Amino acid sequence: MTLAVDNISKSFNRRSVLCNISFTVARGESIAVTGKNGSGKSTLLKVLAGLLTPSGGAVHYLVDGEKHQPEDIRTRIGFVSPYLQLYDEFSALENIELISRIRSARIASSDVCERLLASFDLWGRRDDLVRTYSSGMKQKLKYVVALVDDPDILMLDEPSANLDADGIQAVTAILDSAKKRVLVVATNDEREAARCGKRIHLGA
Amino acid sequence: MSAVTKTMAVVVKDVKSEIRTRYALNALVMFVVTAVAVILFALRGDTPSTVVLAGMFWVVVFFTGMSGLSRTFVSEEERGTSLTLQLVASPGVVYFGKLLFNVALTLTLILGVTGVYLVAFPGFVIQTPSIFFITLFLGSLGLASAATIIAAIVAKAGSRGTLYPVLSFPVVVVLLMTVMNATVKALDGDPLSSATVDFLVLISYVMVMTAGSYLLFDFVWKD
Repeated sequence: MTLAVDNISKSFNRRSVLCNISFTVARGESIAVTGKNGSGKSTLLKVLAGLLTPSGGAVHYLVDGEKHQPEDIRTRIGFVSPYLQLYDEFSALENIELISRIRSARIASSDVCERLLASFDLWGRRDDLVRTYSSGMKQKLKYVVALVDDPDILMLDEPSANLDADGIQAVTAILDSAKKRVLVVATNDEREAARCGKRIHLGA
Repeated sequence: MSAVTKTMAVVVKDVKSEIRTRYALNALVMFVVTAVAVILFALRGDTPSTVVLAGMFWVVVFFTGMSGLSRTFVSEEERGTSLTLQLVASPGVVYFGKLLFNVALTLTLILGVTGVYLVAFPGFVIQTPSIFFITLFLGSLGLASAATIIAAIVAKAGSRGTLYPVLSFPVVVVLLMTVMNATVKALDGDPLSSATVDFLVLISYVMVMTAGSYLLFDFVWKD
């Protein structure tokens, strides 16, 4: 699995946000996307995940030599971001189950759920409605939802936003152990960026 | 098979969510009660003709549906979950999941309005049940298929409340005229065969609207 970004641009009306961005990231590699606020880091991640269509250029995922569009492999993408919300009226377990079922038509393994929830210190609150969670707990749950189907591509937008020390430690472990994945991290935190093998800086 | 499982997962999610939040149900129930109460006050005990009764029946269904059916997409936008849904599900899965949920909601709404009408209006007597219930079923499918795609469009717009009925009316006017016509026949006691043309129009409407919406949905849903 290789992510290939070829000369992509993205404009909203007449405002150009991304201009001629190109890079590749293979399985086991990671790339940090850095830049000032408003430089297009989140927009780039949305384009890579197929949530936005680029105005120019192309995004491909190469799997066994075959090109795939982001939309074709959405079941293999895990995404954590402040703008991707979970369902407040459901519990943590219900969110994991329903999103896993919609994404991959199967129920997530209970062992995996337990391990991930425990690693983010949420196991004890697994049956509580998400609306009762703090913003940091919601962020942790987004990690569990993103990781539960063992994605080949992991995209993290502001990975440590709202997290406590334990949460940041868990995220650091994810950044360091993403050997079997394509990892893309949008961040302004120099320590997080330094853990990634590649870096692309977006101008404002 | 997996697409069916995913679609049903979207339906189950929406049903569970609706039961817990009552985003749409509260709006539907309040609108039906208010509309029927106003009609009863306006009639002052008079018994209207079957044409007027059928018209009022579908006016209540249409405007009640407009107040509730858009919630399927609007609530996703308001809660910020539409991007999550975009990320994990294909447009086809989302469209048919939302469509099936809206069909269920519309059928519930129409059966509820029927019950209220049977109690509140003595002149509302269903003399040909076969015409009436086939019309209700096809009308529900038609209304839900139109409402689903319009809700998806409206959810991306700023002025959602006003835009929904404005966009809906020209799309469902053919449906409303046909279901009203068939309902009059059901209330007048006409034979089933007299409504064949109406049923064919409704079936065509549902097929065209569903196919067109499915093709359009990808563009509406993304970006």
